[in-house]
Amino acid sequence: MMARSLWGALAPLAIGFAAAVALQLAAGNVIPPFYVKLLMDIGINVILAVSLNLVNGFTGQFSIGHAGFMAVGGYAAGAVTYYGSFLLFGSTHVIEGWLTKGDLLFVGGCLFGAVLAALAGFVVGLPSLRLRGDYLAIVTLGFGEILRVLLQRTGDVLQTADQVQKASPATLATSLGGSLGFSGLPYYTDLFWVYVFVTITLVVALRLKFSSLGRAFLSIRENEIAAEAVGVNTTRLKVRAFVLAAAFAGIAGGLFAHEIGTSLNPRELGFQKSFDVVIMVVLGGMGSVSGAVLAAIVLTLLPEALRGFSEFRMPIYALALILMMILRPQGLLGLKEIWEMKWFKR
Amino acid sequence: MVQAVSSLLSVQQVSISFGGLKAVSDFNLELPDQGLYGLIGPNGAGKTTVFNMLTGVYRPDHGSIRLAGRDLVGEKPHKIASCGMSRTFQNIRLFPDLSVLDNVRIACHLRTKSGFLATMLRLRRHRDEEKAIVDKSRRLLELFDLASRAGEESRSLPYGDQRRLEIARALATEPKVVLLDEPAAGMNPKETHALAALIRRLRDEFRVTILLIEHDMGLVMEICDRVTVLDYGVTIASGEPAAIQRDPRVIEAYLGEPTEAV
Repeated sequence: MMARSLWGALAPLAIGFAAAVALQLAAGNVIPPFYVKLLMDIGINVILAVSLNLVNGFTGQFSIGHAGFMAVGGYAAGAVTYYGSFLLFGSTHVIEGWLTKGDLLFVGGCLFGAVLAALAGFVVGLPSLRLRGDYLAIVTLGFGEILRVLLQRTGDVLQTADQVQKASPATLATSLGGSLGFSGLPYYTDLFWVYVFVTITLVVALRLKFSSLGRAFLSIRENEIAAEAVGVNTTRLKVRAFVLAAAFAGIAGGLFAHEIGTSLNPRELGFQKSFDVVIMVVLGGMGSVSGAVLAAIVLTLLPEALRGFSEFRMPIYALALILMMILRPQGLLGLKEIWEMKWFKR
Repeated sequence: MVQAVSSLLSVQQVSISFGGLKAVSDFNLELPDQGLYGLIGPNGAGKTTVFNMLTGVYRPDHGSIRLAGRDLVGEKPHKIASCGMSRTFQNIRLFPDLSVLDNVRIACHLRTKSGFLATMLRLRRHRDEEKAIVDKSRRLLELFDLASRAGEESRSLPYGDQRRLEIARALATEPKVVLLDEPAAGMNPKETHALAALIRRLRDEFRVTILLIEHDMGLVMEICDRVTVLDYGVTIASGEPAAIQRDPRVIEAYLGEPTEAV
């Protein structure tokens, strides 16, 4: 009995991790590098969309600064791996293999990034106690912009082990590449780690949604006054949603920073990126975890599919959004999950 | 007059102003355990404002509100709910996109103990609690004849059902005192009659104390032990229903000043 319940608690994680291993094994042989990169992009966007959904979809707050948390996580993780590699291993070359020292440093960096992002989420979440709607949106937007300016003012990245060893921790923490971006990060992100974190994100979001605590989150978006009246501590839960969402965005930032073919710079993680994630949540359905996953997949693939007619890419994108808003304003799935839809059950 | 010490909810000299408007002045109420009291008055008399002060939506300018001896002034609404006072709303406030069952389940959250980690790890305590919540919610829905609609979105319920669902939700917080804001509004006479029987059952079976705002005088006269009448924020009468009905000040407040017979 005990063993069975333990299995019930861990099975989704085990299955997800197994899938991550399978993807990683396939990556070297079956899946061409272009598609590996695309799958990593999809995974990172899934983490971003599902986590933003905790704030915008579950509690009904409107945050458009998600890329800001991603930047906090990305830069923190990047600094840990880059400078950590110099200090511990003498160079920033990727240590190849399964779960190497380098891998562990990288994951530690991502988790550190998540913690810092969660702290930032707490700070940004506090105004949500007093502000709502457009006003809160402006605060979150302002957070992202302030962060962008701060990052642009950081110093050049230190290039040699010698420089790094002589520098003080404060210097290391402020040598993040300025407006040129943090370049030279080792490419530790692979399909395994992306899908391990995708699994964790999905398990957390779904377990939350289908629990008493998650329903309390949802009650805030439905009617805040009624939620308070039945004993839901709306202020605490709103901040909690921000903290949780920011932590996952921080992880996504860490994965993004160490992914091949991306550049970690302040412009890349600005308003445009935040907006991309908001669109995924809105299109997928506010409050639908599977909807956010679906939208993240489609909106990662769509620009690739439209690459041939690149001059029509943005208009088609915009048109799709407008049509969606007119035909199905609650998003593809609304609040429901894909397995709860009528056409799926039949 | 010395009030009985045994009152569960004791409201003394509570007042509130909005700008220059004194919405409620010196409101007093002594509600005994398992009492069923009415609060009536013309539109705009300040009845709902009294409810909003009792439940912490508004903070009174002065006065005291005590529930079972505990001072509630300045507490947040969710805290007051956990102290044992819950309410329904005049303009129905359900969780519209959520199912009927979920509406009640959310109100059970208050009495749960498992936190974030227990939820994430699906600990036994959490799973047992979830099961208990479903059982409790279904029992409540059955009592309110809503069990057959448990899976529907609450927005799709007919008006009368929505009102009853709000009461069921209020009860799910395990309150000592329930405040009902115009529970019979929009109901036909037959539904109102059934509601009267239901409210009595609530008091007798759940042992809750009830204060209700109502415009349907038939309902008030039928079920309330005592009635307080507000007009322009001032308590103009308080007593047993039969006496209130004959009170000239009450008649004046509702019907206007008497004119000379022609």
